[in-house]
Amino acid sequence: MQEKNEIILGIETSCDETAAAIVKNGTELLSNVVASQIESHKRFGGVVPEIASRHHVEQITIVIEEAMKEAGVEFADLSAIAVTEGPGLVGALLIGVNSAKALALAHSIPLVSVHHIAGHIYANRLQEPMEEFPLLALVVSGGHTELILMEEHGSYEIIGETRDDAAGEAYDKVARTLKLPYPGGPHIDKMAAEGSPVIDLPRAWLEADSFDFSFSGLKSAVINTLHNAKQRGIEINPNDLAASFQESVIEVLVEKTYRAAREYGVKQVVVAGGVAANRGLRGRLTDRFANTEIRVSIPPLWLCTDNAAMIAAAGSIEYQKGKRADMKLNGNPGLELEAF
Amino acid sequence: MKALAIDTSNLVMGVSVISDNKIVGELTTNMKKNHSVRLMPAIANLLEEVDIQPGDLDRIIVAKGPGSFTGVRIGVSVAKTMAWSLNIPITGVSSLEVLAQNGKYFDGAVCPLFDGRRGQIYTGLYGNIDNRIQLLQEERIIQLIDWIDTIKDTSRKVLFLGNDLPLHREKIEELLGDRAVFGQAADHNPRASELAALGVARDGEDPHTFTPSYLRLAEAEAKWLANQKK
Ligand SMILES: [Zn+2]
Repeated sequence: MQEKNEIILGIETSCDETAAAIVKNGTELLSNVVASQIESHKRFGGVVPEIASRHHVEQITIVIEEAMKEAGVEFADLSAIAVTEGPGLVGALLIGVNSAKALALAHSIPLVSVHHIAGHIYANRLQEPMEEFPLLALVVSGGHTELILMEEHGSYEIIGETRDDAAGEAYDKVARTLKLPYPGGPHIDKMAAEGSPVIDLPRAWLEADSFDFSFSGLKSAVINTLHNAKQRGIEINPNDLAASFQESVIEVLVEKTYRAAREYGVKQVVVAGGVAANRGLRGRLTDRFANTEIRVSIPPLWLCTDNAAMIAAAGSIEYQKGKRADMKLNGNPGLELEAF
Repeated sequence: MKALAIDTSNLVMGVSVISDNKIVGELTTNMKKNHSVRLMPAIANLLEEVDIQPGDLDRIIVAKGPGSFTGVRIGVSVAKTMAWSLNIPITGVSSLEVLAQNGKYFDGAVCPLFDGRRGQIYTGLYGNIDNRIQLLQEERIIQLIDWIDTIKDTSRKVLFLGNDLPLHREKIEELLGDRAVFGQAADHNPRASELAALGVARDGEDPHTFTPSYLRLAEAEAKWLANQKK
């Protein structure tokens, strides 16, 4: 059974946030420190792996110290250290993994490795219970668009995934076409709220029984629409285009999630990942499940983006299952969720 | 003083423990194998072999670069985190200076080098002054031929050290003739014991603010800076 006052330090460095957090008993957030590098990467129009790694090594101990101080915990209080093993940028992952191993050795603390996406899913547990299985998680971020079925804690089956671009990628590419500053997702969400979905854009439903996604056709359609309008000298309201694009993405995401939830008889739907911060998606998904017995959980915006609290929360599950990583732990950029 | 020294900045991985000016343990490998997987087990094993607990350490010493960006960061991440969490100082030593120690009894100049790709090398010029290896020409990343041009006026012989020498040896011989001397097999591996000995004699630094010494900007950064100047 869960030991009393299990205290876990989470460490996350898979992309461009250096993060550390302390979570008590898997659900109670004691501190959550995120050093964002976004200002540094803005000038390059995207995350530069080498620059990200350089920032991580500069920030790592400062961020961990802050998280521990804020939570008022000492090394002796820690039950385990949980660190993101992957997926992510390999050079960036290595900083968190090696720092975590160094801490584990220096203070004889158990080490647990965490899959980044499992982290996103378990961000929910810091806000609401996640005890009703089977559970369906819709993970939407810059690198991922997946429907994951969970029969129990720590078990993951991917029942649908993107065949080309992730939803977040499509957002970023469309944002670039509309010449919006990086990162584009939040801008499109804002513009969409100002416009109306009056432009006809395709929805990729794929085969009738498939829970997979595809967004590259939609992205091309947006680019073509802009291009054709320009050639014919027609003015397109960018807010309307953003709204139409977002409508298409959300309709497919929501509908496929709904169908999968029905087919697998799930009791709870959890939304996770950076794109879960999208207000349009949050609203529509909640509406779709409103008159069902299925509970929809969406973490608050600040838990949707990368952080280490979610890594500590997912780490708690691994720790309770008795899983341990050793001093050979490496960063794994292509780590698969089902193999994890 | 008990100190742990770590070098993963290039292909050679070295770990050493020094205790009251005595090198009590040292581990060196020179293989293309993953430092991220092997460094921590090596540290754990060596500390156990020499019967020293992490909590007994007074300092962490690390080869701070130049070298492989990723390699340097693995060693520095581990060193910073261990030092900060054990509340002890960190000392960084140039990876080139560590290698230069292998020529400390050479009667002439010592030139350690690591390949920097596209004809470039990471290097600096050292020499034995007052029975100590001292820096004669600042470390830098430079085209090999430009570097030889910089040092060719020295009337002394130059001892070249480094496992990447096979890539550059021919050119060096062509340009410097018999003033160029090349180390033997055992001279080309930087030794963590030399790193440890150098480190304990120097000041400790704050682990939080300690950063690697890459000697080279990230490519994206260099391009961005060049565009700003246009
Ligand atoms: Zn993420």
